[in-house]
Amino acid sequence: MNVPTMEQLMAEGKQPEILFWVGSAGSYDDRAKKITKAFVKILNKANVDFAVLGPEESCTGDVAKRAGNEFLFQMQAMMNIEVLNAYEVKRIVTCDPHSFNCLKNEYPSLGGNYEVIHHTQFIKELMDSGRLQSVGNTYKGKRITFHDPCYLGRANEVYDAPRDVLGLLNANLVEMKRHKATALCCGAGGAQMFKEPEKGDKDINVLRTEDALKTNPEIIATGCPYCNTMMTDGIKAKEKEDSIIVQDIAELIATAQDS
Amino acid sequence: MQYIPNILFAILLIVGVGYFVQNVRKLTRNIKLGKDVDRTDNKSERWKNMAMIALGQSKMVRRPIAGFLHIIVYLGFVIINIEVLEIVIDGLTGQHRIFTKVLPDSVYGFLIGSFEVLAVLVLVAVIVFWIRRNIVKLKRFLSAEMKGWPKSDGNIILYFEIVLMTLFLVMNASDLHFQHAGHGNVISQYIAPLFEGNADMAHIVERTTWWIHIAGILVFLNYLYYSKHLHILLAFPNTWYANLKPKGQFTNDSNVTKEVKLMMDPNADPFAAPAEGEDEGEPEKFGASDVMDLNWVQLMNSYTCTECGRCTSECPANLTGKKLSPRKIMMDTRDRLEEVGKNIDANKGKFVDDGKSLLNDYITTEELWACTSCNACVEACPVNIDPLSIIIEMRRYLVMEQSAAPMELNNMMSNIENNGAPWPYNQMDRLNWANED
Repeated sequence: MNVPTMEQLMAEGKQPEILFWVGSAGSYDDRAKKITKAFVKILNKANVDFAVLGPEESCTGDVAKRAGNEFLFQMQAMMNIEVLNAYEVKRIVTCDPHSFNCLKNEYPSLGGNYEVIHHTQFIKELMDSGRLQSVGNTYKGKRITFHDPCYLGRANEVYDAPRDVLGLLNANLVEMKRHKATALCCGAGGAQMFKEPEKGDKDINVLRTEDALKTNPEIIATGCPYCNTMMTDGIKAKEKEDSIIVQDIAELIATAQDS
Repeated sequence: MQYIPNILFAILLIVGVGYFVQNVRKLTRNIKLGKDVDRTDNKSERWKNMAMIALGQSKMVRRPIAGFLHIIVYLGFVIINIEVLEIVIDGLTGQHRIFTKVLPDSVYGFLIGSFEVLAVLVLVAVIVFWIRRNIVKLKRFLSAEMKGWPKSDGNIILYFEIVLMTLFLVMNASDLHFQHAGHGNVISQYIAPLFEGNADMAHIVERTTWWIHIAGILVFLNYLYYSKHLHILLAFPNTWYANLKPKGQFTNDSNVTKEVKLMMDPNADPFAAPAEGEDEGEPEKFGASDVMDLNWVQLMNSYTCTECGRCTSECPANLTGKKLSPRKIMMDTRDRLEEVGKNIDANKGKFVDDGKSLLNDYITTEELWACTSCNACVEACPVNIDPLSIIIEMRRYLVMEQSAAPMELNNMMSNIENNGAPWPYNQMDRLNWANED
């Protein structure tokens, strides 16, 4: 897979048009790595001049901040800002809405000023400028419901880009009752991904999966690696993994391009 | 002797308004116990928010039934209060319906007619509200935090409205002069026959309802401070001072920034003594364990909350049976702030440590750790209250002052410290995915 790093490009005296911030989940988590690779495929097909930081990337500190560890967050942020500023990064794209929110909103006052976009926004851009390779009819007419990630939706009011990109697939897009500003969280945010839930009568991801199932979907589309894990687990809990697939928008687009 | 009613009225007014002013002073003093935060940027957007959200009720109507009924009660409240102006002037000057002498009959009739129609609509709306609370038993009015005073408070307000609206209509109906003039008695004309033919009784009823009506309004005004109903005043500043930044943007604690910059500065001497004359002061506390650690907007939020529970009814943690309820976070903050305020009153203007705090005595760590930081509560609030910011401040205290995070989170954080990822993977392996199939 052609994945240049900033270090390599710098050695060649080049500056890419955009930095792909992979994030910790996208780098290490087996499920999330598939999303990362699908997005890179899209970038390569569209001849996007991009690079990653590779081993020079470190956790944004987002999850530490949501857990209340402001020290650790700011340490991580300042280390990352040093690296990003050294490479004179101007534009960043990421598949993780948590990194997106953190880099876009919380880095500037610590000295990191970049234009940060979510991968669905970037794919939309490629689509609008005609750089996106044609997308086949793999998903034509399929019932797809999109689960809004909190940190893309409510947190930053990005509701249209993911839906516009899904529109490329000629699929049958069906909305859950709770969607956009009233979408229910998948249950992973605020550092919940890394701990057991408090005592309750249900898991949040199961409740959200029930929301999705009410639309009778064939595909649940996600835009966040954590949502993806939570919804995948929810589908398993409901024993629907044979009939419903949970995929990131980047995966759907990459698969449709292949056909 | 003929001035006795006027004097009595003036005394009633001075006592009622005076007591209210005193309560407002207490309220602002309590709010100012919070830390400073600058929310005066972008004034045009702030005015717009206030106009749309508080005045225009734009977020209320997201739930159409409650929103529509609320608009009726709200309009009724604002518009019928024009009548109070006349009552006050009458009361002070000994006039009767002074506006009839100033305004043309048609205008006066139109005004009073509208008030009467609104009064009936308010009565209907308030009765539906009462039914929703007490007979239909909507889930969000039955949560654990709604037991006791909050439940009574909600009903008392509705009873107040019912009594005040009824008094207003009966007052008009028993005013035979007003009835005979026939301008604006659109509703009261149907009650008027009760008093027809007994002028003395009508007069007594008219005077009695007039006095109870205005006294009731003054009592209600003073009830506000002890009630969730403060939102009718505070919704306005609350929407004006609300956060305008993206909801996902949490504040960067500037005290932490100072420390972190010092830690990362290779030239900093960790053993350096403070420079001569430099005031060391109390070391800054990180996060919040009590109301004084929160900022004043958060404290104003707590007084503004009218306990409608829209936040809690959209909270994923609450919906799945966890203890967290964003509404309770706001109610606890307010109740603790009231306790602190009373402590200050009792101790001649100084807070004396009472061995209690917002954390643990009001809000438990179980509630705080159940939050997914999804912002559903912030989005749902019709007056832009931000319970999430309080939860995060309290988590900051737990983690940075007490190292009291759940064990799994401590593991996650030490992974980030050691290898730059929340999982125990080697940072050098970050790009391995590119070479895997």
